[in-house]
Formats: sequence, C-alpha cells, structure tokens
Amino acid sequence: MSEGLGKDLVGLENLSEAQLLTILDTAEPFKEISERRIKKVPVLRGKTIVNLFFEASTRTRVSFEFAEKRLSADTVNISSTGSSFAKGETLVDTARNLEAMRIDMVVMRHGASGAARFLAERIPSNVVNAGDGSHEHPTQGLLDLLTIRDHYGRLDGLKVCIVGDILHSRVARSNIYGLLTLGAEVGVCGPPTLLPPAAGELGVCVFRRLEEAIEWADVLNVLRLQLERMHAGYVPSLREYNRIWGVSTARLEAAARDLLILHPGPMNRGVEIDSDVADGPHSVILNQVTNGVAVRMAVLYLLAGGQPEKAEAAKQGAEA
Amino acid sequence: MSEKLLLAGGRVVDPSQRLDGTRDVLLVDGAIASVGKRVRAPEDARVLDCAGLVVTPGLIDVHVHLREPGEEHKETIASGASAAAAGGFTAVCAMPNTDPPIDDPAAVGFVAAQGLRARAARVYPVGCISVGRAGERLALVGEMVDAGAVAITDDGNPVMDSGLMRLALEYSQTFGIPVADHPEDLGLSAGGHMNEGLVSTRLGLSGKPNAAEDIHIVRDLLLAELTGGRIHLQHVSTRFGVESIRQAKARGVRVTAEASPHHLVLTQDAVEGYRTEAKMNPPLRSREDVEAVRAGLADGTLDTIATDHAPHHYDEKEAAFADAPNGIVGLETALGLILTRVVGEGVIDLPTMVERMSCQPARAFNLPGGTLAEGSPADVTVIDCEAAWTVDPKAFRSKSRNTPFAGWKLRGRARYTIVGGRVVWEG
Repeated sequence: MSEGLGKDLVGLENLSEAQLLTILDTAEPFKEISERRIKKVPVLRGKTIVNLFFEASTRTRVSFEFAEKRLSADTVNISSTGSSFAKGETLVDTARNLEAMRIDMVVMRHGASGAARFLAERIPSNVVNAGDGSHEHPTQGLLDLLTIRDHYGRLDGLKVCIVGDILHSRVARSNIYGLLTLGAEVGVCGPPTLLPPAAGELGVCVFRRLEEAIEWADVLNVLRLQLERMHAGYVPSLREYNRIWGVSTARLEAAARDLLILHPGPMNRGVEIDSDVADGPHSVILNQVTNGVAVRMAVLYLLAGGQPEKAEAAKQGAEA
Repeated sequence: MSEKLLLAGGRVVDPSQRLDGTRDVLLVDGAIASVGKRVRAPEDARVLDCAGLVVTPGLIDVHVHLREPGEEHKETIASGASAAAAGGFTAVCAMPNTDPPIDDPAAVGFVAAQGLRARAARVYPVGCISVGRAGERLALVGEMVDAGAVAITDDGNPVMDSGLMRLALEYSQTFGIPVADHPEDLGLSAGGHMNEGLVSTRLGLSGKPNAAEDIHIVRDLLLAELTGGRIHLQHVSTRFGVESIRQAKARGVRVTAEASPHHLVLTQDAVEGYRTEAKMNPPLRSREDVEAVRAGLADGTLDTIATDHAPHHYDEKEAAFADAPNGIVGLETALGLILTRVVGEGVIDLPTMVERMSCQPARAFNLPGGTLAEGSPADVTVIDCEAAWTVDPKAFRSKSRNTPFAGWKLRGRARYTIVGGRVVWEG
C-alpha cells in the first residue's frame, strides 16, 4: 500500500515514513534505465516540464534534466541570466506566464526560503523544489537517504552526522527531516557560528568537536563550506576550518569503525574534506550523483500520478 | 451657528476622571460642555442614543505610518485618517519615515495641513530625530515643534549611535517632547526576517534574537536616566524588555512604552507557511514574550497600545518571505482585537483599555484629549462592545489590506467616532 505525494514536493519535513519509503522504493527500478544503452523510456511522454533556476546550479539542474529526458518529458530550462526575472519580473508573474503556456511541472531552485511553497500555492502545475534558500532541498535529501540505504540496507538505527554549515544549509534540513522520520539518529557538527540557534530542538545531537562526531557516527555527510561564509566572518579562515572541522584520513582512522562518507558537492577539496577521503574506499560521493537521477525520476513519476507498484511496467513502455 | 451633540445614556468610561457609569455627554462647539446624569439637550442639539454603548475619550494611536509623502500607493494621510476614524481613533501620530522623511518644519507643516484637509481623525506630525533619518546629526527639532511636531523619532530605523541619542534626549527637553525609539540593535538583527528560534530554524529563515531588542531598550533606558530626557519605547515585544522598563520606572526613569495589538495576540507560529502578512519588525515572538507583554500592559509598564499601522501594497507582500516588507495595517482591527482577545480574555478591564488607548497616549505625547473633562476637545469614541463582526480587509478604509487577521471573528467596534464635536465615523 502506497501513499501519494500530493501535488508538489516542497520538502521532506511533512512527508510520512510511508511516503518517503515509496519514493525510495520507486527509485529502485528507475536506477536501471541509466545503465541501458538507450537511456529512454516513455513514462512522461507528452509532459512539459520547466526547470526554473533562479540560482546557479550545474549538478542539480543537469540531474533533473537527465531524469526528465530519460522519462521522455519535454523540458525547457530557464536560468537567471538573460531571462525576464533578471529584468525585475516578480516570481508570481513568472509563474503565471509559465502557467499560461500550459505546462505540467515546474522544477525550481530559488534563493529565498519558502519560494517553492509560494509557487506551489499559486499554480496548479506540480512543483518540485530543487532548493529554496536555507529551507529544503528534498531531492538531495532523498538521494542521500537512498545512498545510505544502498550501503547498509536500512536507515533505521543508523547514526548520521552532518558536518559543516548547518545554519544556511537546505541539504542539512532535508536530511534531518528525512533521516529522523525513517528512524535514524542524526547529529550535527560544525562551528557554533554556523549551527542554527535551535538545533537541539530539532531532535538532533549537537557535536562541538569533529572527533566526537566521528566517534559517534556511522555516516558523515560533509557539507560544502561556502566561501562567502568566511567573508561574512562566520569562520576566520579556510585553513583554520580545515584544521578543526575538515574530514581527514587521520581523523577517520582514529575511529573504531569505518564511516561512510557523503558530500552533496561541489567539493572544496582541502577545506571541508581532504582528497584522500573524497577519493577513498568509504566515499559514496559519486553513488550519490548516480542515485540523484533515479530519485528524481521517481519523484517526477509519482507527482505525475504514476503508481509506485507499476513503475517497473511503466519502464517497459506502459502509460504512467 | 453653534454645533451641539448629545450622547445620551451611554456607559461613560473616563479613567482620567475615574468615571465609569451611565451619563449623558453634551458636546458644544467642538468641546465637552458637560457630562452628567441627566443633561438637558438644547433644542437644536443632535441626539445620539448611546444606550447599551460605551462612551470614552477618543482613542489615540501614537504610532502609525501614513506613507505620504512618497508612497501614496500604500496610504495617504487622508485614507489613513479615515481608516483611523473607522477604527475608533480620534487622533493618530504620523511617523516621519516617508520619502522624503519629515525632518524639517516645512515637511511637518505639510503633514499637519494634509491632516486637517482629511477631516477625519486628527493627524499629529512626528519629526525625525536626525537629518534624513541618517542617524548622524540632529534635525531641526525646535523648528519642527513650532510647526506642530509632537515628538521626534527615526522610527523604521533605530538610533544606533548612542552619542546622538544622548544629544536628542538632552536637546528635546527644551520643548518637553518625548523621543521615540525603535529599539533594535542592527548588528544583532542583521539579515533577520523573523524571530530567532525553532520556527526560524525550521523554515530556514534568518532570525532576530530578543537580545537585539533588549540591548537597545536597556541602552535607551540608561541614556534617559543619564540625561533626564523622556524616552518613548516603541512596540516592545520581549520579556526582558518589559522587565527592564518595569525596573527603570521603579527607579524613576522618564519612560513610556507601547504594546502593539499583534504582539499581544500572535506568536511566531503565525509565520508558519511563510505567511508574509505575519512579517513585521519587531517580529512576532514566543508565547512567553506575548505573556510578558500582556503582563506589562496590565500592570502599566507598557503605557499605551499603539498599532504601528504599516500599510503595504498587496503585491509587495505577494513575495517570498525574505523579499516582503515588514508591517501590517492595524487601525481598523485594533479595537476589536483588544476588546476580544485582551479585555475578553481578562488581561485588562475596559477602563484600563481606555487608559492605554486614550488617556496615556495623550499624556505620553502631550496631546489634547484623552479625557472627557469639561472644556476638553470634543473627541469621543462610542463603542459597541457587543457587535460581532468578521475582519474583511476588502472593507478597510485604508488603501492597504495587509493584515494577518482576515477572517477573524471579533466582538466590539466603534459605533461613532467624534472629532471636535463632529461625527467622522458612524459604524
């Protein structure tokens, strides 16, 4: 028995365990499409999807675009430079104009927290949040969940620590909500200036020192340190950040067990993560990228009304 | 020909005279002529039957933004004065954060003149503390007072420079006016869009901690104590702020302070779902803060209820939360909210409400009114405390509709608003 997702995917905070598992389980059959010689199935044939990116993004935008194209949707990419919203058009007007062209779905990245919900409440098309400010990045959260589950076969009871700038991170929030709902324990670790004021109230453990987090965790999800955080004075220098919060082989070797290493990319090698960790045997960073396409296919398929139990059949050419 | 109006048989609540009982009130030529148990109506008097209604000194709001000059698409002095009248207010104090700001006597005169032309609630101009609200040097305080300014403030901005604030608190004493301040340490609140806490963390919005307001309140209290000047603290929203003012009053510091209706009835939870109509500055805070503001209103630590009426055009609030401006309209909902949710919940009684909405605002800003004593201006609000109504922003007299209270069912609203003996609103 599966639960639908509703019209939109704005965040993971309000998804139930059943809904999260439905997405992860639906992603499984879609993984194989990307391994074929001809990477295309007719699941979303005739659907029009707009990828609306108000913030620069390569990885997420390309991943969505592959997911859409491999499902045979018609896609249009709009990014901030050169478009009418660079000319001062409001979000609401952009949305209405797209709607007037009779689209089916919008995948949006926006710099303001709440932007995805704002759009979702105003247009009848399905809206997929591809990152809104410091709020959520649900498909990233889902692909992280899937990658961890692939490795351990479960999420329940695992200890996952997110390391870095939690305060500004939409990836952190989506991970926290998804992991907690699926029964994992969650820790956060980073400079106190980059931890949210109410971190403890979210139901996560707060670690002051990376050594303690490594001692505790099964999984580290290492976040990118945005260079502008240093300029804004949250951390005095990148070198100091690396010395205290950088994930290095030396630190990991001190732990009693092997830790799985995730990173949502793009990496600052030598800042939050050392190269030998990123390229090492416990890194699943590229698996995350591969899973990203499958998870996004699953989300698009489900929002389009696809039945999770029919995903396998849909892949073979049946109508969604 | 003289104008006569008899308000017959209402429950007259006038704390300035410790009066609460059934009385007639006769208004002649713009002044209160008599208040008594059986006032004989002159033959040519218009008689308003006030049986079952409450007659109070006209309500005064010392903190409104009327947006003129510069942002007339949001509000004009005429529409704002009309909204005030519809909300039961007979007088409002217009904040000077317009474009250009009200920082010289000509601008003050403009606001006063537009207020007179509106022929609705009285509009008292408030001038800037600093030239251009830039926070650098004192504006022409004396000349602005001569032109009609009743107070000074850089509202919208706090005065961050403590040295300048000291000068303002010293210099203003010549004129006997209060210095009103928007207490916010901008360094601490930088980038914030709502109260800092669990809700802001979950929504991924930067927060403004209570400490940003607390620090500034304490600083202002210390400067008032240092100078002997009169500080008026606007829209106090934090528990520590309330407690600091309480202690300062006990020490004899000359301080008055405001509570806004929204800080008395809403918490930060109203922001859930990125509701921009719940975005204001200071932000909606925690339940404990609301309780402290209520307690401060009840014990008189907070002297006045002031709306911080802040009109914005609908499409400015139709935006992502971080992009939306701060503020809500308040003039047409304040009385109903206070009666329903503050008096109705037993926080204060009706006479105390009249104190906080009429007598004390008049005292804090040295305004005529705030009393029904004979010879006072005939500014009177007649309230129907039983009238049940639903907030419908489309019905507002204000040009703006930005309220978090749309659809709220309230009990109590103005039946008549009388300014200078003339009925300017009949509800």
